[in-house]
Order: sequence, then structure tokens, then C-alpha cells
Amino acid sequence: MRWLTFILLWMLTSVAHPAFASDPSDADVDVAHMLFGHIGDSYGWHITDWNGRHVTIPLPCIVYSSTGWHVFMSSKIEHGHEHEGLFIAEEGRYADKIVEAGPDGNLVRPFDISITKNVASLMFGSALLVLLVLSCASWYRKHDASEETPGGFTGLMEMMIMMVHDDLIKDSVGPDYRRYAPYLLTAFFFIFLNNLLGLVPFFPGGANLTGNIAVTLVLAMCTFFAINLFANRHYWKEILWPDGPIFLKFPLPIMQTIEIFGMFTKPFSLMVRLFANIMAGHAMILGLVSVIFVTAKLGPVINGSMTVVTMLFGVFMNCLELLVAFIQAYVFTMLSSVFIGLSRQESH
Amino acid sequence: MNLLLPDSGLLFWMTIIFAIVFFLLAKFGFPVITGMVEKRTRRIDDAIGAAREAESRLKGLAAEQEQLISDARAEHDRILKEAAQERERMIASAQEQARAEAGKIMDETRERIRQEKEAALRDIRREVATLSVAIAEKVVRKELSSDEGQKELVDRMFEELS
Repeated sequence: MRWLTFILLWMLTSVAHPAFASDPSDADVDVAHMLFGHIGDSYGWHITDWNGRHVTIPLPCIVYSSTGWHVFMSSKIEHGHEHEGLFIAEEGRYADKIVEAGPDGNLVRPFDISITKNVASLMFGSALLVLLVLSCASWYRKHDASEETPGGFTGLMEMMIMMVHDDLIKDSVGPDYRRYAPYLLTAFFFIFLNNLLGLVPFFPGGANLTGNIAVTLVLAMCTFFAINLFANRHYWKEILWPDGPIFLKFPLPIMQTIEIFGMFTKPFSLMVRLFANIMAGHAMILGLVSVIFVTAKLGPVINGSMTVVTMLFGVFMNCLELLVAFIQAYVFTMLSSVFIGLSRQESH
Repeated sequence: MNLLLPDSGLLFWMTIIFAIVFFLLAKFGFPVITGMVEKRTRRIDDAIGAAREAESRLKGLAAEQEQLISDARAEHDRILKEAAQERERMIASAQEQARAEAGKIMDETRERIRQEKEAALRDIRREVATLSVAIAEKVVRKELSSDEGQKELVDRMFEELS
């Protein structure tokens, strides 16, 4: 019962997201801006507003512009300030990105590898993941695992790792699953942990990392390489000379075109699926919460009742997102395993 | 839309960091864990196999024991039965023997009784003869004590002879 209360409280605090801690009496809430501000990326890590002041953790900006390398904290360019000729564009193509004014007055986007909010979250999540897995691995180094079984967190991790390893990877990839298991396990736990961190409403969670297309693109690229770099002859034969009537293959390589197109659509679907699911989840929760602030000017009765309804929906959505966090990691890993398994299949 | 365009900075960091994470976990993390767990799984499988074998052997032993017990019981029954038969037979033969012995004794007895009887009869007969001779002597002596009596006897004897 105490745990249930705790979870409920946690859910409620997650609904009261920091992005909406602004004074509800200034009723003009720019929901779209808030929403995309959260879902997108930012140079500083905005935590909350306190007494009308932004509480933001400044993060380092690393920019190579026409005047060379610039390294500075994001607090230097907050609120439209300019630093060494660099500033954040208000609108246009490069809205919310660091730009510099070009010689003809146009905005020019410099090479920008700043530690943004997402990068910081990525670093934190990766460090956490490495720490968790290596601490589990160290248990196995210190103990004779054939004599005793781990308990506690290591036991939980073992259960999950072996679930993914046996049910997903071993079944889908086929006989030489050992070569791919480390990548697939890494992908699963990377996605799962970052999905969960994205659901934690306060610092250092809450970044929409796995709902960012750059992250899912890299993951999908890894799967793409895992599929194609180690594919066997049968796989390439299926692409370059598939079974079918000869006039579809020669002189016009229609089937080959389709097959080669298929090589790219598989990882592309992985990329878009993960990105869209996680982003949509964040957008849904944020949208629900903003209902409270949008209805603030409609009077206390409507606002109060809508708050209750929103809270209930928010709890429901958070539970759903917990499920989705697992399912998306599972699906990504499973489809990667299946695609890899297909590329290793022998002709029958 | 901005959301659908991968940001070069994040792409850069993601590639580097994911590569590092993958390297660390693939080298020091997951293979250690999965290898150990697979080792344990093999060990458990072996243990289960051994246990199953031991169980079947035990079952065989139990059956053997059962067999032994039932054999022993059959042997026991057989011995008892044989003993009973033996006893019956012994009793019967003893009775037979006793009966034969008794018959023999009876025959002997009867024989002796008969001999005794004959001997007794002979004695009696002799006694009777002796007595009759003595009586006759006395009778004769008394009749011959007078002359008339002697004459009469001689006469009768003559009569009888003629």
C-alpha cells in the first residue's frame, strides 16, 4: 500500500511537469511553443521557473564559426544575448539554433557540436547504462556464477538480459547469434533506459532523447550496418538476382531496384517508429498537462474539474508510456534481430 | 519541420557516445553476463540430467527390491507349504507304521493265546485222564475187594469178549 501511494505520488509529480510551473494566472500559455520547446532541443537545461526567473542549468556550447572555434556556456547567449558574434535565432530556418550573421546579412549556421540538453541527457543516460551493466558484470567476475545466483538489482538485470538474449536474439537471429548479441543487447538497454529517463519529469530525466530523430537515426544506421556488413551470399543473391520472371530483372532491373530500396526502408522504419512513438508519448503527456493551464482562464470550476480529468488521464498516459518505453525497446531489438536473422539465412 | 531533421551536433555526439557505450558493454558487459549465465544453465542442465539418471536408477533399485521381497515371500510360502506337506506325510506314515505294528502285536498275542489255550487244554486233558484212571482204579479196587465182584467182572469181561 505504501508503494502504491509512492507510485501515485510519483505519477502526480510527473504530471506537474516543471515546464508548466509558471504562474497559471498569466493565462496566455503558448502551448505549441512550450511543447516543441520540450520535444526539441535547447542549449541550456531549463528546470523550472521560480518567482518569474528561469532556473536553467547552463551547458557548454562548442561552435566552429567563420571566426574559428568558440567554447562558452549557454548562459552567455540566453534571452537574445550575443556572444562573439553568435546568437540564437528567434525564427526562420534556424529557429532556436546558434547562428551568426553572414557578411550579406543572412543568418549562417556554423558547425555546432554543443553539449545541448539532449547531448547532456545522452551522456548521463549512457554513463548510467555503462555503470549499471558493468556493475552487474563485476558481480559475475567476483562470483562463480555456476555456484550461486545473483539477487537484488543484479538478479533483475540478469533476468532482463537473459529474456532479451534468449527470447529475442537467440530465436530471431539464428545459429550465430553470439556475434550480434552484444550490439542487440546494447541497443535494447540503451533505448529502454533512455525511454525511462525521458519519463522522469525532473532533472536529469525528462529529455526527449529517444524521441529525437538524430538518435534513432544512429541506432537505425547501426542496425543497417549489422545487417549488411555480415550478410551472407544468399542475402545478396536475393537482392541482386531475386527469384522471379526474367523480364523483371533484365534489361530493366525493376526487382533489384525494389530490393535495394527495401534494404533502406527496413532501418528507416526502425528509425521512424521509435522516434514517432516516443515523441508522440511526450507530446501527449505535455498536451494533457497544458489543458490545466489553458483552462485556467475559463474559471475555477472548469479549471478544477479539468484538472482532475487531466490528472487521471495523465496517470493513465504515464502508465501507458512506461509500457511503450519497454515495447519500443523490445520492438526495435526484435526487428533488428529478425532483419539480421534474414541476412544470415541460408538458401533452402 | 525541425523535428524531422537530424541535428548535426546531436548526430555527432550520439555516434561517438553510442560507439563508446557499445564498445564498453560489448567488451566488458554483456558477454560476461550472458557467458556466465549460459555456463550456469549448462551446469543446471547437467545437474538435472544427473538427478534424472539417479532417480531412474533409484526406481530400478526399488523395483529390484520389490522383486527380491516378492521372491522371498514366494520362497517362504513354498517352504511353509512343503513343511506342511512333509508333516502330513510324516503323520500319515507314522500312523501307518503304528497300525502295522499294532496288527503285528495283535497277531502275536492271538497266536500266544491260542498256544496257551492249547497247552492248557492238553494239561487239563492229561489231568482228566489221570483223574479218571485214579477214579477207575478206586472204583475197580472197591468192586474187586469181594470174590463175587471179581467173578462178576470176569464174567462180564468174557461176555464182552465173546
